Amino acid sequence: MTAELTPAIQLQQLRYAWPQQPSLLDITALTVQRGERVFLHGPSGSGKSTLLGLLGGVLQAASGSVSVLGQNFTALSAAQRDHYRAAHIGFIFQQFNLLPYLPVIDNVLLPLRFSAERRLRVGTDERALVVEARRLLAELGLSAAIQQQSSVMALSHGQQQRVAAARALIGRPGLLIADEPTSALDADAREAFLQLLMNECRAAGTTLVFVSHDRSLGALFDRQLSLQELNAVNA
Amino acid sequence: MIILRLSWLSLWNRRGTVLLTALGIAVSVMLLAGVNKIRTDMRTGFANTISDADLIVGARSGPVNLLLYSVFRLGDATANVSWSTYRKVAAHPQVAWTIPLALGDSHRGYRVLGTSEDYFAHYRYAGDRPLVLGQGRIFQGLSEAVLGAEVAEALGYKPGQSITLSHGVGEGSFNEHAAHPVIVTGILKRTGTPADRTVHVSLQTLEALHDAAGADLTPESLTAFIVGLRDRTATFQIQRDINEYRGEALLAILPGVALQQLWEVAGVAESALLVVAAFVVFAGLLGLLTALLTSLNERRREMAILRSVGARPQQVFALLMSEAALIGLIGAVLGLAALHGGLALAAGWLEARFGVYLLGNGLTAFELITGCAVVFAALFVGAIPGWRAYRHTLADGLTLRV
Repeated sequence: MTAELTPAIQLQQLRYAWPQQPSLLDITALTVQRGERVFLHGPSGSGKSTLLGLLGGVLQAASGSVSVLGQNFTALSAAQRDHYRAAHIGFIFQQFNLLPYLPVIDNVLLPLRFSAERRLRVGTDERALVVEARRLLAELGLSAAIQQQSSVMALSHGQQQRVAAARALIGRPGLLIADEPTSALDADAREAFLQLLMNECRAAGTTLVFVSHDRSLGALFDRQLSLQELNAVNA
Repeated sequence: MIILRLSWLSLWNRRGTVLLTALGIAVSVMLLAGVNKIRTDMRTGFANTISDADLIVGARSGPVNLLLYSVFRLGDATANVSWSTYRKVAAHPQVAWTIPLALGDSHRGYRVLGTSEDYFAHYRYAGDRPLVLGQGRIFQGLSEAVLGAEVAEALGYKPGQSITLSHGVGEGSFNEHAAHPVIVTGILKRTGTPADRTVHVSLQTLEALHDAAGADLTPESLTAFIVGLRDRTATFQIQRDINEYRGEALLAILPGVALQQLWEVAGVAESALLVVAAFVVFAGLLGLLTALLTSLNERRREMAILRSVGARPQQVFALLMSEAALIGLIGAVLGLAALHGGLALAAGWLEARFGVYLLGNGLTAFELITGCAVVFAALFVGAIPGWRAYRHTLADGLTLRV
């Protein structure tokens, strides 16, 4: 069995509940193929963020299995899952994605500091890492002046989200999880950001799981999933 | 490594509040190390002030009192010793030498000591070091004075200069012996003892100042005198003889024993000061804890970002701990630097006002240990917010709760 043949995401009989709370997620089966771009929608409180936590290996399923890029998370310790996440998964959140005390470039390079495996995919010396970070920022439409910004707080919200996208994409992770990354952007910026993100994922062969409550964006994706329909708890 | 870098940059980003927190620790470290520095230097300085003297004799008072006014020129004698009694003791077959001490006058705030050539011959300090002249010669006749190094330096005096002495002690003495100026004949090399701050004249010179009409310049009395014995084993015998002398109420003390008594008295106050200073350090660390805990909630987002890029909860824990340790380190370094800077500036004043001579300005073992202890304590304190951040990251997952 080669890694390329395994799906990007495979959930089976997944159940999860936050401590002292009723069951939140109960998903019988879900498979996302490699390179697929999936739109996952559901109202707030439907368990989207919890599902992303499970996919990222930050949370551990109560029962059932979560496999990401062929790796079964239920077989890994918390530290191993952290390590796997650092090497193979990129995240973009709704807003405030960046560490305010790091310059733009250092924010982009952050995942490479926590995973030697991901760093080696980019290069062996610091210069190669910076070159790749700049390339990604440029592809995402950020000028050289913005790339050299020492404070991310000086950037507009849309610019910050692009820096976050570059950070999620650096080192070619197999899976990119975007949690409402466009909800704080205006309509024009939203389309543009989404196109850039899709292009980069296609170029890198990265599987994209895009979560939003705004269903108008769904048509741009290969597949749309409704968490409410997947989740047996709501049924 | 990345954690240390992140904690440093994070601190730099919040440098205003971080500096205030570190200053709180710095002040406490400065206080603790300062109390100890002055304590140890004072002890060493006092112990080094008089060596090789077997007994100090004065009018009957307390041993500590006699030691302080005779050797350290702190405070004043309550009564004097008559000249005839002094001569009797000096003539005792066991007595090798004596140094007479007559205090009570001053020159521009510096004490004037009436004594004899024996002072320069027999006085020893810091082990067995004698007094050495830097310039000129010792006094020989009337109206001549030998200055301590500090006096000459502070007032810019040279041999050959004429000065006037004042009756009484302190800068406010206006009752000058203006009719009897004295000539500076010599200046002693620096000793780090009260001799540096003393104007030395002969007993006869003093007598001439006070009793201008009299032709007989034999003094009537002394403040105290120092005794050196031929045979040290006789010390206790001679001490008892002097203490039981019927002609006059005298007190003979062994300098080392009196010094020990002084430390027993001072020790209580010193310990109290050290305990207070230690509690101030504790308060500084509490300030650090407060600062870290209050910043924690607004930093939950930052922790979630770090988790999303692959940081383990232990690394989040380590981030908080290293931030605390860095603040502790900054505080300790600032505190010790401020202490040494401050001591360098205050050295002259401490010498003149309290007779405390600071010994060098290097880092002492106590200061090094205090600094390290503060850093470790800060690390320990950092474990509390670290633990809370660790719990947060486990509970929050990747949700950026505000």
